[in-house]
Amino acid sequence: MSTVPVHAPADEALLGLARAAGDAGVPVTPDRARGFLEAVATLGLGDRAATRQAGRATLCSGPEDLARFDAVLDAWFGAWHDGDGPRAAPSAPPPPTERRAELAPDAADEGGDAEERLRATASGTEVLRHRDVADLDDEERRRLAGLFEGLRPVAPLRRSARHQPWRRGTVDLPRTLRASLRLGGEPARLELRRRARRPRRVVLLVDVSGSMGPYADALLRLAHRFVTASSGPVEVFTVGTRVTRITRALALRDPDRALAAAGDVVPDWAGGTRLGESLRFLLDRWGQAGLVRGAVVVVLSDGWERGDPDLLGEQAARLGRLAHRTVWVNPHRGKPGYEPVQGGVRAVLPHVDDFLAGHSLATFADLVEVVRRA
Amino acid sequence: METVDEVAAALRRTGYVCDDSLAVVVHLARRMQRPLLLEGEPGTGKTSLAEALAEALDQPLVRLQCYEGIDATQALYDWDFPRQVLHLRALEAAGAAADAEEAEKGLYDERFLLARPVLRALQQAPAVLLVDEVDRADDEFEAFLLEVLSTYQVSVPELGTVRAATPPLVVLTSNRTRDLHDALKRRCLYHWIDHPDLAREVAIVRSRAPEVPEALARQAAEVVQALRHEADLVKPPGVAETLDWARALHHLGVAQVDLDSAARTLGALVKHREDTDRARRALARMVAR
Repeated sequence: MSTVPVHAPADEALLGLARAAGDAGVPVTPDRARGFLEAVATLGLGDRAATRQAGRATLCSGPEDLARFDAVLDAWFGAWHDGDGPRAAPSAPPPPTERRAELAPDAADEGGDAEERLRATASGTEVLRHRDVADLDDEERRRLAGLFEGLRPVAPLRRSARHQPWRRGTVDLPRTLRASLRLGGEPARLELRRRARRPRRVVLLVDVSGSMGPYADALLRLAHRFVTASSGPVEVFTVGTRVTRITRALALRDPDRALAAAGDVVPDWAGGTRLGESLRFLLDRWGQAGLVRGAVVVVLSDGWERGDPDLLGEQAARLGRLAHRTVWVNPHRGKPGYEPVQGGVRAVLPHVDDFLAGHSLATFADLVEVVRRA
Repeated sequence: METVDEVAAALRRTGYVCDDSLAVVVHLARRMQRPLLLEGEPGTGKTSLAEALAEALDQPLVRLQCYEGIDATQALYDWDFPRQVLHLRALEAAGAAADAEEAEKGLYDERFLLARPVLRALQQAPAVLLVDEVDRADDEFEAFLLEVLSTYQVSVPELGTVRAATPPLVVLTSNRTRDLHDALKRRCLYHWIDHPDLAREVAIVRSRAPEVPEALARQAAEVVQALRHEADLVKPPGVAETLDWARALHHLGVAQVDLDSAARTLGALVKHREDTDRARRALARMVAR
């Protein structure tokens, strides 16, 4: 593997390209970059199409990465055309901080009074935990974003199909026999076993429609914590007029970059809500394939449904049957005087196991606890 | 098969029509001795690539079908316990078991070793090892695969290490029902197989089902392409379905696809009840055009 001929300047240029791809969100690691150099050396330098193939095979790890890498490559080689075909994405590589769809407040107009403001609210970490995130100003939002680190999601457990040796439980026949075989067929001690424990999958559905706008940032940060910090598998989808899987985008470790990446993939920010149809699509596409089956499903939505509430109820029932536990988190639930009167909420409530509030960091911590025990 | 073009040509001779980028990755996988990770929609020819490669290289194909709960004893090797016990009993009966240590040593002999696919691929190398639908296996199994794929050797404690003289060409396929672990992906060369374009799909049908006349193959491929892009199906038909459908039409003696013949053979193309209705409506629209 180390027999790659070294063309120092060319290698440097290629490594630069790999780094640029990394900045654009392609998961480039040093060994991948080395594989890239090796692949280019194998295919021969100086051929852009070959470089593209080499990069696609060695640097990318999913269909999303391919378009990103193509964009970077085109930007890197400048706008020259060599009949390579129209495969490349037409736009320049997306810088990770743009197009973030009102996720976080812009840090541009930060004045000198920030420190003063900070002191004024210094007593307030505990207060902030209980404040409605929709009512926060930019500075408070920034401080709250830091507090999300304190949430420690733990995956709920399920019993797996397999067994593990255990002190108590049922007799583990194969192991007992093997042990006795080792002693020449003499009956040895009984080996016992129990069903092994596996983390249960958690599926988060984040409503990104217009009515949820003030909460979108906080809910995505919560989802990001689940994806990066939970001990088990987590899948995140946004629902609105469409269903988008954003798990991979949220897997970026830095929350701000992850949210920006999510902003890139979701086409229906702040649109309408067609929860029923979205749920149906989700269950058709992923639920049947087993993603929702036996999972803990958390729906983060206000239930203001523009579509048909009957369809929503029907799909919620389907979801309830497929999932191990369904948790509905409504940002308005915790507010005084809230009554679940909207058509969407009423249709869904009979099929939901837990109905929680979700407007402040403290309520998010409650949610983490409910999921852990599910 | 020393250049990209030769790879493509050799694959074509076996009846596998591949595009340029796929030939490049195959070439790279052979030269760099890296496993090849193929992802893509079901029915785009991931598994058949491995079969075609084995045929083109004239090497045995060893296939490991993954499923939930698969573990090392099903992938690597296992001892044949019943035969070992029988062996002991036979020794007893013959009264030959003079030396206990000898008898025990005799138990861990190659003839009592059940070689499972991965070990078999290493023993038979050069070979093509197909690890099919690796996304169905559990994460632990991926870690185990990673270990084998990075060293191309397996150690059996009682026998010693089995090392491949030449590393087998490893092809992993995944339908993306879940994300594979990044460590495994990093070890592999990645390729996403898309649905082919019209010209390539016609070529595939012609090559795989030569009995189907050109005109029918083209029509069938056109309809499938349109269904894939327009009909909004739960499970868009893959190339495998196109092949089945073209064959089905041919068996019924159809020379020209029309609404009636298409409706009668739809079962070869779409496999969901909801899709049947949608496909039928889309077909009607297409005919009306």
